[in-house]
Amino acid sequence: MSKIEETTSAIINEFDIFDDWMDKYNYLIELGKSLPLIDEKYKTESNLIQGCQSRVWLHASYDGTLIHFTADSDAVITKGIANLLIRAFSEHTPQEILDSSTEFLNEIGLTQHLSPTRSNGMLSMIKQIKMYALAFKTKQAMGS
Amino acid sequence: MQTIASDIDKIRSDFPILSRKVHNKPLVYFDNAATTQKPQVVIDAIVNYYTDLNSNVHRGVHYLSQQATTAFEDVRTKIQKFVNAEYRHEIIYTRGCTESINLVAGSWGKANIKAGDEILISALEHHSNIVPWQMLCEEKGAKLIVCPILEDGSLDMSALSALMTPSTKFLAITHISNTLGTVNPVKEITRMAHEKGIVVLIDGAQALSHMKVDVQDIDCDFYTFSAHKVYGPMGIGGLYGKEEILNAMPPWQGGGEMIKNVTFEKTTYNELPFKFEAGTPNVGDVLGFGAALDYVTAIGLDFIAAREHELLEYATEKLTADPLIRIIGRAPEKASLISFMIGNIHPYDAGTIIDQFGVAVRTGTHCTQPLMDSLGIPGTIRASFAFYNTREEIDKLMEAIVKVEQLFL
Repeated sequence: MSKIEETTSAIINEFDIFDDWMDKYNYLIELGKSLPLIDEKYKTESNLIQGCQSRVWLHASYDGTLIHFTADSDAVITKGIANLLIRAFSEHTPQEILDSSTEFLNEIGLTQHLSPTRSNGMLSMIKQIKMYALAFKTKQAMGS
Repeated sequence: MQTIASDIDKIRSDFPILSRKVHNKPLVYFDNAATTQKPQVVIDAIVNYYTDLNSNVHRGVHYLSQQATTAFEDVRTKIQKFVNAEYRHEIIYTRGCTESINLVAGSWGKANIKAGDEILISALEHHSNIVPWQMLCEEKGAKLIVCPILEDGSLDMSALSALMTPSTKFLAITHISNTLGTVNPVKEITRMAHEKGIVVLIDGAQALSHMKVDVQDIDCDFYTFSAHKVYGPMGIGGLYGKEEILNAMPPWQGGGEMIKNVTFEKTTYNELPFKFEAGTPNVGDVLGFGAALDYVTAIGLDFIAAREHELLEYATEKLTADPLIRIIGRAPEKASLISFMIGNIHPYDAGTIIDQFGVAVRTGTHCTQPLMDSLGIPGTIRASFAFYNTREEIDKLMEAIVKVEQLFL
């Protein structure tokens, strides 16, 4: 089991505790409120992921080995989702990120219960995380 | 009181969807400004058409085609009467309001707008009454001028008057704001514009279901509407235009139906209304639209207006009692919708939780992004009511709001 898979199965277990949907949302809101702050200078137009209803900023930096993600949103539930994604994918190599599955979001019921891309930007965030991984991998391959 | 309650029960039973559940709770449908629900008679009209009447209109000599044509054209007369147009050929079938506006921009606009001309709209407009004019302006080198609103969400009438200049050729304005509920004084606006020789289009998307619309009394040159906002099917609607103006306009789309005679050298065009109805029309949904207008007429627009006013008052009272709630748009003349914010909670967050209560509200910018930008808010939560809604449903919304406040504040 890869490190990313270990984290995502831990996330699935955490959400399994809740029977009630409101409790799941409550947890997601707590995660949103505790999302580590993004450096204000990264909340730029170019880091903005256009969702229909809430705005999401995603910043990525690469130290040559690991990619480090930070994010923010003006909606708390979206921040909660960003928190989960960062926990799963931040501090990993581009290859690890590219090899990983995003199935865990289905397993905790997030993709069924939260409307797709246009409203919460979740799918756009995942796409963007994978794009960064691909871009950094390509950049390194060309540099070496 | 008992009679009204049983009337409402009876009315609600006309709409099959109102008895379904969402998230295991009874559906509370407060997104009527986005689309209204359909009574069984509308659903039946569409099913009956495809079961019993389906054939192409206007061309067949066979019995079915004649029958379908009669039914199709009867609805045109129904719409004419519903909006009190002078002639039935002043009603053009379209896919809805958006297509009607595009038709006017693409035909009247292309023929009449020149470089340097001004097209006047208001800050209240839906994207569908902004973008077609923006596209026309870009193509022609004309200018799009936006009339501002006052703090309460009503139109700034003195600004409007000042913005009607000798360069203004066209005014496109909404009858009722889909975001704030503001009812514009369209008769007065049309009079002001006509005094300056400006052609007027009224976007009636939100109006037809709430109030008696009389296009001759308003005296506008164009009036647009969508069936799905008046309890009818999606994908059908219409354009009213004054005969004289429609006759002078070039056709918009080319194809069958809109022609009189075709040779490879030259085509002569059909008369009104067919000149603007290229291609096989959406007959089934036209019949659904007709059934919807019959239904609304039977319920009575006076009853609908009174009922919706009562719901608006009740909801306003309830929302105002919560000090955390800020109502966006308090124009003196308002249709039955309320836009609001709960503290600074993002509308998306609030809407997600409200949905868990089975309550359908709209959140976001409501396709009026420039309006939200000018108000400096990311969007609103919008509850829009129809006559089939109840006070008890508004109470359920209030319960959901309390939960939102517990979770986010």
